[in-house]
Amino acid sequence: MFFVIGSNMTEAHPVAATFVKDAVLRGARLILVDPRRTGLADFADLHVPIRVGSDVAFLNGVMNVLVTENLYDRAYVESCTVGFEELKNKVLEYPPERAAEISGVDAGTIRAVARRVASVKPAMLMYTLGITEHICGVNNVLSCANLQMLLGNVGFECGGVNPLRGQNNVQGACDMGALPNVFPGYQRVDNPQARARFEAAWGVEKLPEKPGLMIPGMIDGLVSGKVRAFYVFGENLANTEPDIRHVEHCLASAEFLVCQDIFPTETTRFAHVILPAAAWSENEGTFTSSERRVNRARSVSVPPGQARPNWWIFKEIAKRMGHSWESNSAREIWDNEVSRLAPSFAGIRYARLRGDGLQWPVPDEKHRGTSYLHKDGCFTCGLGVLKPVDWIPPAEVPDEEYPLVLSTGRRLYHYHTRTQTGRSEGLNDLLSEETADISRADAEALGVAHGERIRVRSRRGEVVVRANVTPRVPPGLVWMAFHFREACANWLTNPAYDPLTQTAEYKACAVRIERVT
Amino acid sequence: MADTFRLNGKDVEFKPGQTILEAARERGVEIPTLCHLKKATPTGACRICLVEVTGSRNLVSSCSTPVVEGMVVLTDTERVHRTRKMIVELMLGSGRHDCMVCEANGNCRLQDLAYRYGIAEPRFQPAETPYPVEDENPFIVRDFSRCVLCGRCVQACNEVVVNRAISQGYRGSKSKIVTGGDEPYHRSECVFCGQCVEVCPVGALTEKKARGKARDWETEKVRTTCPYCGVGCQLRLHVKDGKIVKVTAVEEAEPNKGRLCVKGRFGYDFIYSEDRLKTPLIRENGGFREASWEEALDLVASRFREIIARYGPDAVAGVSCARSFNEDSYQMQKLFRAVIGTNNIDHCART
Repeated sequence: MFFVIGSNMTEAHPVAATFVKDAVLRGARLILVDPRRTGLADFADLHVPIRVGSDVAFLNGVMNVLVTENLYDRAYVESCTVGFEELKNKVLEYPPERAAEISGVDAGTIRAVARRVASVKPAMLMYTLGITEHICGVNNVLSCANLQMLLGNVGFECGGVNPLRGQNNVQGACDMGALPNVFPGYQRVDNPQARARFEAAWGVEKLPEKPGLMIPGMIDGLVSGKVRAFYVFGENLANTEPDIRHVEHCLASAEFLVCQDIFPTETTRFAHVILPAAAWSENEGTFTSSERRVNRARSVSVPPGQARPNWWIFKEIAKRMGHSWESNSAREIWDNEVSRLAPSFAGIRYARLRGDGLQWPVPDEKHRGTSYLHKDGCFTCGLGVLKPVDWIPPAEVPDEEYPLVLSTGRRLYHYHTRTQTGRSEGLNDLLSEETADISRADAEALGVAHGERIRVRSRRGEVVVRANVTPRVPPGLVWMAFHFREACANWLTNPAYDPLTQTAEYKACAVRIERVT
Repeated sequence: MADTFRLNGKDVEFKPGQTILEAARERGVEIPTLCHLKKATPTGACRICLVEVTGSRNLVSSCSTPVVEGMVVLTDTERVHRTRKMIVELMLGSGRHDCMVCEANGNCRLQDLAYRYGIAEPRFQPAETPYPVEDENPFIVRDFSRCVLCGRCVQACNEVVVNRAISQGYRGSKSKIVTGGDEPYHRSECVFCGQCVEVCPVGALTEKKARGKARDWETEKVRTTCPYCGVGCQLRLHVKDGKIVKVTAVEEAEPNKGRLCVKGRFGYDFIYSEDRLKTPLIRENGGFREASWEEALDLVASRFREIIARYGPDAVAGVSCARSFNEDSYQMQKLFRAVIGTNNIDHCART
């Protein structure tokens, strides 16, 4: 049984989707919760088209049924979790009728979802950015976790709460401590023991203890003067962040901007110094996938011109700032530093990374890796915490002036801002421009024909783009991606953030559509 | 007592449900196959895996026939080999199988079988295929004159990646692997994962971008991890003279078990783009001028030092890259924490 929510897997994670589809052909059940009728809907037992941004209300409604109809896993909840009473009281405030009013799916469907998902054990919950890219992203994730704990589904193979990571090494970048609050291996910077460990290893006296800024704070800081020097490594912020006009204003305000990349991008235009990096297949290193699998990427080509490996560039800057680092290859960095400093990776050494790699935690060199966490409901933190959460609407909801919801994401043939896919021969031929995907009902109401150029306008900006009239999008919704510069959805998106993670609400803002005459 | 059957004169064990092919391979008895695709429903389409089963008037296809208790199977008889050779000759006569100009030369099951059965001269006049080559799409060349209608591509598309874009179409000498409505790939449901190319045992389906670039034996095969989404598919890079000419999947590897998507399979050549940044650049008079590493790195370090001295370390912030290596992100956060002295390091972790 799969419970997939906020994930357009057939386009964003096509190979993962093949395994879901395979399993469905072999008899697995699939419940798909998504405002759009995405590719997986063709395989689903039940496609539940909730309104954009209503996830918490919908999930609370499902949990309400689990509790009131006594369908939850009482034994698991009692022995493996805490906070049931508080969660129960909260979800009792969301009877299916109320959840239906908010989510736009009828109460009968909500009851059917609860009964079905409780009928198979374990069920695997998978989510992607449809859950996280909201001002309530954290609460959405907590709701997914609440549901799975209530069902007794965490800690089992083919169970759990499984985020599909969007980028090949977004898991690894987190693991390595490219985050403002943790060192490699999620050791908190405000923990004195952790700091002492890294101070000793790095030969420095006092590491900073105050968690740093997240990306939105950094970008805004360029204007306020809080941030004077900004180092952007392999990110095209001028296209990927919400409200491009604002972001570009901030980047243009930087006192000193360093960009390290493999291509000139919309972001490097603002740089004071651009450093050319070696790309994938031009140097050695490791990636960590969604399933915490560390594996190698190997070098087969020579970088063009003077381009150099990223690790080397950082080392050279450190040297010029008075720090001499010993490790002189990716392998040495991993074997001599990462695996010694982060207990989760202690057993991972390059010599062991043959074949299929290793899934962390790998506590020692005999350990064969961990394919799933919280085995048998024994949570790594002790007991699983059921945390009641309330629904809140998106930061910007439709009104008379902007009557439609814009939601954004990725398409099959491109990746992010096309720095890679736009330069791989053939992919542009399969998808050469952005479209605004709208429903037939809205197209008819607006008098817009399929393929016609329309203007999509939000409070931040406007783009002119072809209309793609499709039965996969429900009335009231406009759906776009951020692959193409001119019609990039981020000219329109709302820079409103989850208060904890500072994740932007890419999935919901208000827009209107006008015909281009 | 375990179930047994008699294989080439020896009593051997088998597991209930196993096909003759599976049971024989487990015993190290080799039976050639062509249409057989692991984990997909056996079709018995190509007949090359025929074996003799005592009591059966005809030879049976070992890939699609389950073993039963007491069955007597012969895989290595004159009759078996004569029939297999005839099947190969018929296949060679079914279309244009001129290895010299075929992309699949050196990586072709039919060629291997012809070699093995010592077929020097064509026994049958090659048939004219009624269908022209289809290569309008950017990635996949469909040469129907080389297709032996084994159906592996159909199996892969429908049972492995479940994209359900192709099926067997028409009848008899008009048989063809078709998309819905027999449209060309780029006007069909096809999503260009290329799994059909991956499993094609002959030269009927080949990569357009790899055409003429290298013979299979000229390339070094290097395993690596895909540079796109977070699934972490294992790729096999086919490399000639320091350049990737083709990408295939690593069969049986975790996590993708031999599957890829359009980006992983065909989106590799961005690294050879002329647009690549090739030298450090420094902004000057509203534009950029080329600089040496020494100059660029000195400038970065000195500007960082100045800004730290003037505004403190928290006036410096950095964003790491979620597509680059672990070791790169490690180095960058180390630079920020240990050298600059700030925790202002982040990446697009949540988006």
